[in-house]
Amino acid sequence: MEVFDPLLLARIQFAANITFHILFPTITIALCWALLFFRWRWIATRDEAWLEAYRLWTKVFALSFAMGVVSGITMSFQFGTNWPGFMERVGNIAGPLLGYEVLTAFFLEATFLGVMLFGQGKVSERVHMFATAMVALGTTSSAFWILALNSWMQTPAGFYVEGGQYHVASWLAVIFNPSFPYRFSHVLLASGLTVSFLLAGLSAWQILRRRETLGTGVALRTGLIAGAILIPIQIFVGDMHGLNTLTHQPQKVAAIEGVWETQKGAPLLLFALPDERTRSNHFEIGIPKGASLILTHNPEGEIRGLNEFEGKHPPVAPLFWGFRIMVGVGMLMLAASWAGVWALRRRAANALPRPLLWGLVGMTFSGWVATVAGWYVTEIGRQPYLVFGELFTRDLVGPAPASSIAVSLAAYLVTYLVLIVAYVNVLFYMAGKPANAKGVSA
Amino acid sequence: MSFDQFLPIYFFVILGVAMLLYVLLDGFDLGIGLLLPLAPDAEQDSMIASIGPFWDANETWLVLGVGVLLIAFPQAHGKILGALYLPVMVMLIGLILRGVAFDFRVKARDQHKHLWNLSFFVGSLMATLAQGWMLGRYVTGFGESAGHQAFALLITLTLPAAYVMLGGCWLLLKSEGALQDKARHWARNSLAPVALGLLLISLATPWVSETVREKWFAMPAFLALLPIPLISVLALAGLAWVLQRPKVRDEFSWLPFVLAIVILLMGFFGLAYSLYPYVIMDRMTLWDAAASTPALTVIFYGTVVTVPVILGYTAFAYWVFRGKSTPLTYG
Repeated sequence: MEVFDPLLLARIQFAANITFHILFPTITIALCWALLFFRWRWIATRDEAWLEAYRLWTKVFALSFAMGVVSGITMSFQFGTNWPGFMERVGNIAGPLLGYEVLTAFFLEATFLGVMLFGQGKVSERVHMFATAMVALGTTSSAFWILALNSWMQTPAGFYVEGGQYHVASWLAVIFNPSFPYRFSHVLLASGLTVSFLLAGLSAWQILRRRETLGTGVALRTGLIAGAILIPIQIFVGDMHGLNTLTHQPQKVAAIEGVWETQKGAPLLLFALPDERTRSNHFEIGIPKGASLILTHNPEGEIRGLNEFEGKHPPVAPLFWGFRIMVGVGMLMLAASWAGVWALRRRAANALPRPLLWGLVGMTFSGWVATVAGWYVTEIGRQPYLVFGELFTRDLVGPAPASSIAVSLAAYLVTYLVLIVAYVNVLFYMAGKPANAKGVSA
Repeated sequence: MSFDQFLPIYFFVILGVAMLLYVLLDGFDLGIGLLLPLAPDAEQDSMIASIGPFWDANETWLVLGVGVLLIAFPQAHGKILGALYLPVMVMLIGLILRGVAFDFRVKARDQHKHLWNLSFFVGSLMATLAQGWMLGRYVTGFGESAGHQAFALLITLTLPAAYVMLGGCWLLLKSEGALQDKARHWARNSLAPVALGLLLISLATPWVSETVREKWFAMPAFLALLPIPLISVLALAGLAWVLQRPKVRDEFSWLPFVLAIVILLMGFFGLAYSLYPYVIMDRMTLWDAAASTPALTVIFYGTVVTVPVILGYTAFAYWVFRGKSTPLTYG
């Protein structure tokens, strides 16, 4: 492969930007609801702990929101700069979905954000709660629209093609396409889990560094309990999403499971090195009949192999490994949150065993790992199509010369790298600051 | 006119309004960013406090603008953004640096604050220059000659002055005391470059574009257009005069900002008139570029319902933070 292949560069650039972007909405979607919860507990109980938690986590929210906004703006431009063919072909479907996201979500969250962050003392408590709720509603409806579009690209429905252009036959079928309910739930739960472990991890760090504030205990407790509740639901929803994928995108599942030949009683591979050249796996370690059992709920069930889709299936190794990373992190989340909740029965948050606290610190950003791994599975799993079964990615790339893409890719990568380091750094710094600092900010 | 023909015009207007609101609203934010290095540390906090609650929503008008271009004029969208690939990148990185600096500068370690202030300024400058260049390239229909490039350069150099004018006038409205005096001084200093830039742009536009020449100097149109330069000159002169008056510090502190908006509004009308009916000058009309009627209809009803609501709660947010800005706290 040529180093300066414009298609590959355009894909890497879009992937880099979207990967950077998704980190922050994953936090802000659920964190805003968490803030609403903190605020509501404060109003209901007048216990300073909730207010203190609200103060620190509002700062985290503001910073995360800003990161999400600026990378989101970049994305809104890259649809056009990188994939002009996409809009020319499916603009009649993608355009209105994106348009409604801007009109119903972006303005709502961005406008009420100012009132939410800085409006206390200027508006009544009720109006402030209302503003916070509007921001939460905005972030969630933003996820609704963008996931409707993304799911449509995975499992297109409700359209007809005329003269190469895609037209809408039914908006309900477009929006509520077959994979949308599963993907939307899966992503919202992922956001909830990401925030649960962020709350728990930063709070655990405050305890270990003896930088507890009044709010540390309630934030840690909220994070662990929410995580312990959400993770089994997520495993259940993830399983349903997988079954849905098996129906609509069997080659994606085949790549996830590393199944080359269609077979009955396929094993659940725990380890393997998939090799596209020989079209087989090396060093397989698996549980006999496991994949068939999970996917078809029958140990002798048939799984269609990749060889049925030669030339039209995604690259195997990234899906195989991405999926295992996601599931592995999910299992760790289950263990950590349940162990945490168990330990919390008898102890105060700041008296939790130190190994557990360190474990939670280590898992502060575990939600990011699982989310990004999961997104890679589903998005790389869509290749070589941009709209699954309909349009190939390679046919929709823009005319920008490889050199322009390479220059801008390098510039974006440097920017993102600096910002992600700064972000993680500042989060721990803010959590470790003495409690008296009342976030003065813009 | 049938609904089919009306829809592209409607979206052309929405596109224009979104871009106008972006330039006016994020214009004053970016202007504050450009002025930031001129103030000492304590005043920098006040300057940023004057835009802190608003910048996010202000930037959303850009997303709406590019969104409408994408949704309503997909054919033009690809061509415009394709032609502007690198300046778009410069603007986006500028907006990223500026946007994150709002939060990082007060949340990071104190010894890093000056770096984030620098990032705020550099980001604002990158975004402003890139926007000027893009506007200049766009107006000429991406012409490649040296004259076209020089024209784009002229706009690139004028836009920072215009944003500084907006930012200075905004700060004059939102601040008090020594900082207000500085804002007044900065606004006054921006006027000569703005006036010169607008004059040169007005002279150069008909010169670089035959289409514009014909549109401007056709007889009844010429008279109808005359108010645009006249009002611009009056507003500029009025602004220069008002900024000298003592009363501008209190009961008339809103007037300079309004006059600055009038000046940019006139520029916008001139531009919109010159372009219409082209989405890309001399190359693609808005009907050529428009998406299919069903797609436009869906989003038409969406905008009819949501845009008034958006304007309503935007007004609410500005009303909540009316008057002199106060230090930003999460309370």
